[in-house]
Amino acid sequence: MTAIPSLIQITYLVAASLFIIGLKQLGSPATARQGNLVAAIGMLLAIVGTLLDQHILNYGMILVAMAVGSLIGAVIAYKVEMTAMPQMVGLLNGLGGAASALVAIGEFWRILSAGETITASAMVIVILGVLIGGVTLTGSLVAFAKLQELLPGAPITFPFQQPFNLSLLVAFLVGSGFLFIDSSNLPVFLGLVVVSCLLGVLIVLPIGGADMPVVVSLLNSFSGVAASVAGFIVFNNMLIIAGALVGASGLILTQIMCKAMNRPITNVLFGAFGGGTTAGSGASGGATAVNKNVKTVDPEEGAMMLGYARSVAIIPGYGMAVAQAQHTVRELADQLERLGVEVKYAIHPVAGRMPGHMNVLLAEANVPYPQLYDMDDINPEFERIDVALVIGANDVVNPAARHDTGSPVYGMPILDVDRAQHTIVIKRSMNPGFAGIDNELFYKDRTMMMFGSARDVLSKLVSEVKQL
Amino acid sequence: MTEEIIAGLVVLVLASFVGFEVINKVPPTLHTPLMSGSNAISGIAVLGALLIAGPKDWNLTVILGLIAVVLATINVVGGFLVTDRMLQMFKKKEVKV
Repeated sequence: MTAIPSLIQITYLVAASLFIIGLKQLGSPATARQGNLVAAIGMLLAIVGTLLDQHILNYGMILVAMAVGSLIGAVIAYKVEMTAMPQMVGLLNGLGGAASALVAIGEFWRILSAGETITASAMVIVILGVLIGGVTLTGSLVAFAKLQELLPGAPITFPFQQPFNLSLLVAFLVGSGFLFIDSSNLPVFLGLVVVSCLLGVLIVLPIGGADMPVVVSLLNSFSGVAASVAGFIVFNNMLIIAGALVGASGLILTQIMCKAMNRPITNVLFGAFGGGTTAGSGASGGATAVNKNVKTVDPEEGAMMLGYARSVAIIPGYGMAVAQAQHTVRELADQLERLGVEVKYAIHPVAGRMPGHMNVLLAEANVPYPQLYDMDDINPEFERIDVALVIGANDVVNPAARHDTGSPVYGMPILDVDRAQHTIVIKRSMNPGFAGIDNELFYKDRTMMMFGSARDVLSKLVSEVKQL
Repeated sequence: MTEEIIAGLVVLVLASFVGFEVINKVPPTLHTPLMSGSNAISGIAVLGALLIAGPKDWNLTVILGLIAVVLATINVVGGFLVTDRMLQMFKKKEVKV
């Protein structure tokens, strides 16, 4: 019976090709939806092909497990709010990582209970699988908790955190060494599992909310790598290929995000530790440099400014997502267009909590695609824009990034809203953002603050503009 | 054993290059769908889970495998469906424009 194994391999070949075609199509707006479908068909083929494997006999239970998983997956996919998309992606990532880690643990247990000896190379792969899968799982769960605001979004640090992490890593290496000498040492193996999970938690805890786009895409990459390692454990090319594709795409996104913040990945991951002093000096330096007067404006006056402007740029940020204000934003834009105002949306690459977060929310609110402008396209135009309306964005519009070498955001490309004729900032309070960095934009002469939750303030603006 | 690992490494490295080439230059609008779509693909771990959940007799490996099947299926189904939901919104908008 060599026909079935060959059939399985050919199914895998087709499935892998479908994944590549699907990913390619996901990269272009016209074909993206089809690409997703193509990839899903590839996945279905790969699963059906695998079920043909003659070692799989446990069909009843497997089908039950798959039905349960599909049901849960479908329910959360349809229930989730678009604003909660970063959490959703984070959580799904974690599940993928968990599955890969379980495969590694299960295979270790199978070999152990069968009384076989584990070769050194197999041991390396199993340990890698446990490490990457475990880190992906708990790292994603912490990211989920931060995004869902179950944990504070600000960096969480404690004394001697870095030495502690380092000692955990050393413990992991020593434990791995032990397993090479005595592969049947179960307590040591379980210790490695625990340490891997701890490492995931400790890596993500000190990372602030504003850096989440980097973390989410990096964990996405990890979940791919974890799948690849699982592929080495069960010797399955399909797993290796699909995992590598995901690993590569996640890395590219991570790189794009880091570039958008002009920070190397090491700084994002480990920046919180020494970052305290820099942030402090940056804030105090900014405080002496700018006049501390803040001007406020009420919705009535704000509506007049917006309504009688020729062009308005809307700069959405995480605050808009939290307040779920995207539909109200759209309503305001509609009203302004009714009055003949030209409305543009300026999207910073790292606005929000995951790559492309703002685009998804504005798409949900049916904002026409041609009105969305990338940073490089809109920045030269700000001087000709009458009013820049900043909605819950902070660090991405902080002019200190251009000139204040002491500021933690120094060097990050920003949206030049301070070059517009007027800037209106909608913000809940004067509290500095996640990074604890003061924003000198708020104190500029041409800047006016409008305090309140984005949704409340915007609905007031809408009703005021309607009366113009 | 070692031969299989080296063959696997060859596949891994080549697939990574393909991944880098295929995904380069994606417009920001598609960053989220690309991420959730590729995230669904990482649910491919379900194959590994199926393989270790395969044996008929009950033991810890099979149980771990079955749990992994559930988790990975959530990842796959949830990932593809939510990506489709998002892309549907983009579609609607394009038709309008």
